[in-house]
Amino acid sequence: MIPFWALVRKDLKLFFNDRRAVIVGLVVPILLASFFGYLFGGQGTREISRMQLLAIDQDSSAISKGVIAQLAGDPHLEVKASTPEEARELVRKGKAVAAVVIPRDFGNAAGHALFGGGEKPEIGILYDPSHAIEMAMVQGILTGAVMQAVSKEMFSRPTGRDIVRESRAQIEKDSTMPEAQRKSLSDMLSSVQKWNEMQAQAPTGGAGRSESSEGGLSIPFQTHSEAITANTGEQYNSYAHAFGGMGIQFILFMGLDVGVRLLLLRQTGLWQRLRAAPLSRSVLLGSRATSAALISAFILFVLFSFARWVFGVRIQGSFVGFLGVCAAFSLMTAAFGLMIAAFGKTVEATRGYAVMATLLMVMLGGSWVPAQFFPPWLQTATKVVPTRWAMDGLDGMTWRGLGLSAAYGPIAILLLFTLVFGALAVMSFRWEAES
Amino acid sequence: MLDVKSLKKSYGKVVAVDGVSLRAGAGETIGLLGPNGAGKTTTVSMIAGLFPPDSGEVLIDGSPLRGDTDPVKRKIGLVPQNVALYDELPAIDNLTFLGALYDLRGAPLKRAIADALDLVGLADRAKDKVGTFSGGMKRRINLAAALLHDPQILLLDEPTVGVDPQSRNAIFDNLETLKKHGKTLVYTTHYMEEAERLCDRIVIIDHGKVIANDTLHGLHRMLPVTNVLAIELDKPDGFKSDALRALPEVESAELREGKLRVGLHDLTTGAPVVLRWMADNGYTYQHLTSERPDLETVFLTLTGRSLRDS
Repeated sequence: MIPFWALVRKDLKLFFNDRRAVIVGLVVPILLASFFGYLFGGQGTREISRMQLLAIDQDSSAISKGVIAQLAGDPHLEVKASTPEEARELVRKGKAVAAVVIPRDFGNAAGHALFGGGEKPEIGILYDPSHAIEMAMVQGILTGAVMQAVSKEMFSRPTGRDIVRESRAQIEKDSTMPEAQRKSLSDMLSSVQKWNEMQAQAPTGGAGRSESSEGGLSIPFQTHSEAITANTGEQYNSYAHAFGGMGIQFILFMGLDVGVRLLLLRQTGLWQRLRAAPLSRSVLLGSRATSAALISAFILFVLFSFARWVFGVRIQGSFVGFLGVCAAFSLMTAAFGLMIAAFGKTVEATRGYAVMATLLMVMLGGSWVPAQFFPPWLQTATKVVPTRWAMDGLDGMTWRGLGLSAAYGPIAILLLFTLVFGALAVMSFRWEAES
Repeated sequence: MLDVKSLKKSYGKVVAVDGVSLRAGAGETIGLLGPNGAGKTTTVSMIAGLFPPDSGEVLIDGSPLRGDTDPVKRKIGLVPQNVALYDELPAIDNLTFLGALYDLRGAPLKRAIADALDLVGLADRAKDKVGTFSGGMKRRINLAAALLHDPQILLLDEPTVGVDPQSRNAIFDNLETLKKHGKTLVYTTHYMEEAERLCDRIVIIDHGKVIANDTLHGLHRMLPVTNVLAIELDKPDGFKSDALRALPEVESAELREGKLRVGLHDLTTGAPVVLRWMADNGYTYQHLTSERPDLETVFLTLTGRSLRDS
């Protein structure tokens, strides 16, 4: 074992000897992880930024004004009045997420469409396609706002009374509608008309006119949101994911460097010297894998220590599971590095291919953007990528607060990848020195 | 005792080494001489066990070299052609690491490092990074690294490439010391003067084949002439070399640029005959020297090509 540990010690010395590389290798992932962590919500205490929404009111009716007032009251939106030309320009420049265009006669048409089956008016939406996810939210808020504004007008305001009266007269003249249906609809509108007239005669703020009765239709439920993290009431700390992701990325780059260095070593007299010594191939490759795994573990230790002290990231799940995932990922990285050395032809070409493969693994593993943002098919497809398991394992043991049993899957899969990569490396490694 | 028998190695259709055999005993220095690409490094690599030959075998004290972990490898020390050390690490860390590859540790390792550094004269630079060393110092520490496990056989693959004459002499002194200690040295080079100075036997390799294997004296005997008299004539115009060439002691005679070169089989008997013939025929001269043919001439004679241009 003396040669084995001498080889490991030498690799560690070479790594720590290059202090600039060590600092850059640790500082850069910390900076990136801090940035990504902040971007995805930070420690959960940051105020949510409101979406810029432009409103173009071409109707200026009570209903259209009501819609805009409802939108303006939503805590997720920052609504500003605009014109069609200005709105189009601002959305194109990315200064606003979307613009809502309420056309002329919208209020009247919407009122008739609510009861009488009249033609539905169209609200135009101009949106920034890079904010497609936010658009779904805007449409939901807009639907609620329109329903509330239109129904409020129908049940309690003069415009509504006129529209209900007109709608009732139209229905009674409609000979195409079956008698029973026509009578039921007419009775309902008659009741609405009476309710509206009662609202008009009631004194403002009087007993007969309560806040709720004036409100028209409203969404008949409220939601209570709770972030399910390790502990009840605890906010999601996105730094946990960001530091795990950046750790994975930079450790993979370290693994890539191990492979490239091994390729370079084969072109030097040092490789001849190593091969001239009475050392087995398993000692030569195993020591390299061990030192790479130890360096990986060191990088993860530094990153998570920093995240712990600066951003309050804690291992809220099983600590043993966390160590297991880190160790399994470190071994997988070491085997990945050896595989690069085994399959690489020239250093230049190998570096190019390996960087591409590493970036793909990092991206598909969810290190940059959490995998839950991926479309469902991609979430399934990325299960063949080892980094996805490492990321799931680290997330599970940190902010999700899962137990040891949740780490078994990721650890097993990562060790399986280690075996496959390692076996391919040993089988394909070219032992003869290159001149 | 090193016994190399009929080593062969091919890379695809290219035959790098084609039946190389040689023997070297304790305290003996064998020179592998040949142009670049002749197969010297491949031969040394197979002797060191870096890769197996396609056929043939290497015997160390009668034991064949088998496998990566064969203990027989401990009897061999390799000095690679390129400096095989980590520039980023101090000399002592490099030597500690390389010694540990042979299971050395503790006091024996420290002693081995101190002895090796003393031999190459770098004990005072032990704590300096190898990257700060001059080219000659790197070559010397490269030699020291191969001595730590006290190998019986030292394989030196062009150990003086790119060093200044002073460092080259220092390395030669080190090698002569090792030779006195009974080490077997196998020294590859394409510098004839190095082979002539250091080697007891010289194996000339060309295109992977041994074309000569003899002592320096034996190689000289293979030449048509053993000595050359170089005579600068006072009046070279009109000199008739045919008459001189007709003398039985003279093997060749050639006049070029005012200098007469006379090839002799035996300097002792031939030189007086030539000088008497010159005096009898009225030829006077300003300068006279005797030259021995060098290995360049040997190589030229054996292959028809210059060693450096091959």
